[in-house]
Amino acid sequence: MRRQKQAVVERGRSPERTEGPVLKVEDLTLYFRATVGVVQAVEKVSFELARGRSLTIVGESGCGKTSLAKAILRLLPRNVHTYEGRVFLNGVDVMKFGEERFRREVRWTKMSMVSQAAMNALNPVLKVGHQVAEPLLLDHRMGRKDAYEEARRVFGIVGIPIAFMERYAFELSGGMRQRAIIAMSLITNPDVIVLDEPTSALDVLTQANIMNTLKKIKQELGLSFMLITHDIATSSELADEVLCMYAGQLVEHSDGQRFYREPLHPYSQKLMASVPTLRIDRKPEFIPGQPPSLLNPPKGCRFAARCHKRFERCDEEPPLFEHGEDTVKCWLYEEG
Amino acid sequence: MDNNKVLSLKGVRTYFELKRWGFIHAGYVRAVDGVSFDLARGEAVTIVGESGSGKTTLLRTMLGLAKITDGEMLFAGRKLDYNNSADLTWLRWQVGFVQQDPYGATPPFMNVHRILLEPLIVNKVPKDEREQRIREALQEVRLIPADDFLSKFPHMLSGGQQQRLVVARALLLRPMLIVADEPVSMLDASVRVEVLELMRKIQKDYNLGIIYVTHDLSSVRYFSQRAFVMYAAKLVEKTDVSGVVNNPLHPYTQMLLNAIPDPEPENVGRFKDIPAGEPPSLIKPPAGCRFHPRCPRKIDGLCDTEEPPEFEPNPGHFVECWLYK
Repeated sequence: MRRQKQAVVERGRSPERTEGPVLKVEDLTLYFRATVGVVQAVEKVSFELARGRSLTIVGESGCGKTSLAKAILRLLPRNVHTYEGRVFLNGVDVMKFGEERFRREVRWTKMSMVSQAAMNALNPVLKVGHQVAEPLLLDHRMGRKDAYEEARRVFGIVGIPIAFMERYAFELSGGMRQRAIIAMSLITNPDVIVLDEPTSALDVLTQANIMNTLKKIKQELGLSFMLITHDIATSSELADEVLCMYAGQLVEHSDGQRFYREPLHPYSQKLMASVPTLRIDRKPEFIPGQPPSLLNPPKGCRFAARCHKRFERCDEEPPLFEHGEDTVKCWLYEEG
Repeated sequence: MDNNKVLSLKGVRTYFELKRWGFIHAGYVRAVDGVSFDLARGEAVTIVGESGSGKTTLLRTMLGLAKITDGEMLFAGRKLDYNNSADLTWLRWQVGFVQQDPYGATPPFMNVHRILLEPLIVNKVPKDEREQRIREALQEVRLIPADDFLSKFPHMLSGGQQQRLVVARALLLRPMLIVADEPVSMLDASVRVEVLELMRKIQKDYNLGIIYVTHDLSSVRYFSQRAFVMYAAKLVEKTDVSGVVNNPLHPYTQMLLNAIPDPEPENVGRFKDIPAGEPPSLIKPPAGCRFHPRCPRKIDGLCDTEEPPEFEPNPGHFVECWLYK
């Protein structure tokens, strides 16, 4: 029996550290059924994420960032209309897995998530140490003693004093709670961690501290991060690559070094221009209009109505064009 | 009395009493502890601070929603009695409030027309003036054409439009002061600037005083002339905006500025120099300077025993820190 338990843990611990991207998403589509129609939350999003790299997903609220994360982790509500595409984790198509296999082998073993408003994501009646160890205790993956030992290890990584394991969530400050959630996502030694607005509810100083911790984790453990945020300035802290979304679609996937200097897509340009900066003296602009409804999105380019570089071609939907090493969904880059 | 002053605070303290089992006194939460400043007519001031630093309580005190424990607050030279309903009505006429969460601040069962009509009814504005005022306010915040918006309910508006509606409501009675509690923190980056610019324009057009409370330092320089930095219930640094951004004196302000990223690709490999720790408890604040447990430049024997008074190292630049003795 004991040996069997160990086997589950080993399997969960990504034996196949293959070459190639750790996460590859192809044409991922997620539609929701609503009383008023079908909400096209994520439409044909494809990208690759290499091991040890971090990808940030930026975009306005309602552009499908969180839905994309949930689609990758298959954390879906009941009103799903369409859910298709392929998600490869270490080269294995996990979309083909059944729900039970996905739960045992992928979710929170190889991929974990730090959810939005993680401040309130802790169970108030369990001790923090137990909650952090819980993913290892489920399905008898590990004995209690070993699991607690692991919890102590990850507490060390995220910088929470070990004594805090015996505390309850309300006894921790916001920053410490956020760290506990990050510890929880680390405990199964995942390959990919999805961070959904991990710092938006925190103070500036705490935010900077958490970002330092995440960078340290990335350097030391060689994890891949997917950071979802609408805060462009914060997103730059963890951006090896940037994926910009607009109205459910990927509009630009670029190298971080370039994206923050000269974004390609007109939407990315406008988005960058709207960020108030502290040190650089530049007057921020705003984007006129508002994003289209995802119930019935416009036919051509979805940004066309607000775009300052619009021309005739924009009535047709642009494909993804290659531009150097980056991809951009805009007719302006047709020539390549 | 200088009539140019809209608001003048002297050593204002707002304490909340803590009780054990409902009747035994168990100390105070010192949410605002000795705040003084003057606000001239037509001046925009920003109060920056972390959550829990008491900035919202300070606003609530100004609005008369929290009772002053000690100190003096003068509105246009008038000392108000907060138990007198006539005084309170006058105060609420003169002060417009822009809330943080526009959706929470507008009743979901009222349409735009009704939401804007409400303050006019309460404050007994003559009936024939009301429609005109509503339309003007909507024009002012660029919810145009006004007719399209009058019959809409809050949920039919986007976040930016909702916030502009709240600004319109605050403007309706033509107050002399607007206080805004994190008016853009719930909005998307792309519309934040729009709402801030709108408020700035209105402030200039009507020569209003504005108190803008935020935790986001990077938006400060586009909005106000003066900025106050609040830490643990005190205003630790008071100066003009360029002073805060280019020449911060208090170690806390320096740390705060250091923590804010600008969107630059270099951030990826850069670790920030932020001392650990949390703001102190306001029930039992540390002795001496409240920042000393986290301060990298603390002077032993002084900072941890004596509370720093206000120093003025540069003209117009006030800082509560022993380094500038």
